[in-house]
Amino acid sequence: MTVGLFVPCYIDQLYPKVGRDTLEVLEKAGCKVVFLQDPLCCGQPMANSGYESKTRDFEKPFLKVLPEVDYLVTPSASCSYHLSHHLLKPFVAAEELAKVKELTEFLHDIIGPDKIHASFPYRVGLHLSCHGLRGLNLGTPSELKVPYYSKIEKVLAAVDGLDLVVPSKADECCGFGGSFAVFESAVSVKMGCDKMKTMSGAEVSYVAATDMSCLMHLEGVFRAEESTMKVMHIAEILNAGA
Amino acid sequence: MFNRRKNKLMKGTHANLSKGFITGSEKTDWHNNALWFLRAKRDMQRDTIPDWEKLRATAAAIKDHTLSRLPEYLQRFEENAIKNGIQVHWAWDDAELREITASILRENNAKSVVKSKSMLTEECGLNPYLEKEGFDVVDTDLGERIVQLRKEHPSHIVVPAIHLKKEEVSDTFHEKMNTEKGNSDPDYLASAAREALRKDFMRADAAITGVNFGVAESGTVVVCTNEGNADMGVHSKKTVIHCMGMEKLVPGYKELAVFTRLLARSATGQPVTVFTSHYRKPRPETTEHIIIVNNKRTDIFEDPEFRQAMRCIRCGACMNTCPVYRRSGGHSYHHTVPGPIGSVLAPFYGKEKNKDLPFASTLCGSCNNVCPVKIDLAGLLYRWRQKLTDETSPDLSKKIGMDIGSKILKSRTTYSLATRAFRWVPGSVLQSGLNPWNVTAKNGHKERIFPDVPGESFREWYKKNQE
Repeated sequence: MTVGLFVPCYIDQLYPKVGRDTLEVLEKAGCKVVFLQDPLCCGQPMANSGYESKTRDFEKPFLKVLPEVDYLVTPSASCSYHLSHHLLKPFVAAEELAKVKELTEFLHDIIGPDKIHASFPYRVGLHLSCHGLRGLNLGTPSELKVPYYSKIEKVLAAVDGLDLVVPSKADECCGFGGSFAVFESAVSVKMGCDKMKTMSGAEVSYVAATDMSCLMHLEGVFRAEESTMKVMHIAEILNAGA
Repeated sequence: MFNRRKNKLMKGTHANLSKGFITGSEKTDWHNNALWFLRAKRDMQRDTIPDWEKLRATAAAIKDHTLSRLPEYLQRFEENAIKNGIQVHWAWDDAELREITASILRENNAKSVVKSKSMLTEECGLNPYLEKEGFDVVDTDLGERIVQLRKEHPSHIVVPAIHLKKEEVSDTFHEKMNTEKGNSDPDYLASAAREALRKDFMRADAAITGVNFGVAESGTVVVCTNEGNADMGVHSKKTVIHCMGMEKLVPGYKELAVFTRLLARSATGQPVTVFTSHYRKPRPETTEHIIIVNNKRTDIFEDPEFRQAMRCIRCGACMNTCPVYRRSGGHSYHHTVPGPIGSVLAPFYGKEKNKDLPFASTLCGSCNNVCPVKIDLAGLLYRWRQKLTDETSPDLSKKIGMDIGSKILKSRTTYSLATRAFRWVPGSVLQSGLNPWNVTAKNGHKERIFPDVPGESFREWYKKNQE
């Protein structure tokens, strides 16, 4: 199975370890991984700020590689959501679009959690990033009356020693929201602080999520408040130990 | 000069107004918790209905059906209401609603009015107009009475005084109704308001109500309240006026039942409002009027993308769940209807002045999931962002930032050059006030810090190790 790995711009620049861990997790799961050099960004930072018009042509490198791979996997739920629901949607048929997968979604739906071997003996609080949860349906959002399921928890259940906590309001937004974080900084930071409180109340050492963007915001708040909690992308946990 | 002008323009934006609200963190937390309490109650009520999601889908389908034949249903509603002896008026916009209301009051020699809750009349500025024309207007919903006494606007469409703590209400009542200074016992304050309102009910000449639902098959208007205040007015006054937005129609009673099951559960987590009043025929010697109001609703209706916003039954569930609304308060939205649905509606009432509102959201989508009529609120906010960027004056710093960003991210050459340059910027600069990511409170306390930049990017690592 050939998997095209898309490493989003901010992960490439600020969190390269998440890219490396994603690559290794996919390889360990038996995939032939091709790092996609040409796609740099899904366009979401501009589009969510009202400048979708400035992301014309951003789809081209994706459209070029999509037919060449079995799946296009990315360690970011919001980028994956933006690709499948906005950037590529007008150009690609539904079944081709379904090749675009967020990492945990791919591991759950295509690989199977039994293929994962990792060990991370820490207490970890799960933050359910909005676009993964409500956009990609990675689990049951607290608002809906539907039978409970969680692809993220199922995948993480394969990690030895992991003490996973889903705290209260785990699916309340962290306050990142793209350029919202800057243009609405007061509300954004307040939301981040509140998330920090629920996480520290759950006495976790790490806060994990499918999205490094949420975690970058939370990390910034944790540091400012001198919290001992660390942030960790799910790929880092899935590639830890073992 | 330019900066001063810019500051003036920025002052009234959601971002700035919410800064003011958040300054007192304790009050923000209290407001957040008060609204989350409603959301939690809503979740409990949801769990009592086995087919909750089916009920929401049904409600959305009924609204879509009704809207698709709105002229037909409006006509049927009018015919039936007239048959019942009610006079029906049509108001094209807010000014017509105000004028029609005032003329009905004058024709019936009514000088004073008791009003039950109506966001429509807020939207149309009815109270200030009637007061200017010499009428005495008393809002009789407790929350609305509080904000009326304080000369404020509702900060929420269902719980209009949710931005106020009981101590603030106590101060207002002491000042305006001479209650005991410092007594903020809710029972005491509610009794004081009740006593004063009883006198207002007795004294008034006319009653005005809002409308939750108009039933086309019978010409009935349905008003939901918890305080019975609509009934107190309608049952005792010789002149009665119901103000109804034209999107409030449902075809018949069978369909109405779907909405009465959803409304209070979604709004406040009650199985049903304490009073669900059906007004069908005027009492003897009484004139009863319905004013059907457009006020831009046809604009929304005609827009295929935004038409679904007309499904809204004004339950406020999207506000209660919104993590931004809960922390920024309703007044930060500077529009009659705040929160996610308010930000979808507001640009129809002025693109330039409300262009910031669709951006006052993280697009988390929680509102979509609580909406009893399944409006794609986050999707519509996203659409507005694109439209307003095209159709209103740009924020120059943002536009330049987006220009540069898209140029860098579009080609590997520019990306490679720009990111290499980025790596030369010292951490001390990236983590200083020059980077808008970093937030520092007025007292110097840092609130958010930019991450440390690693020695090499993923691409650089990949080039070295894999190729």
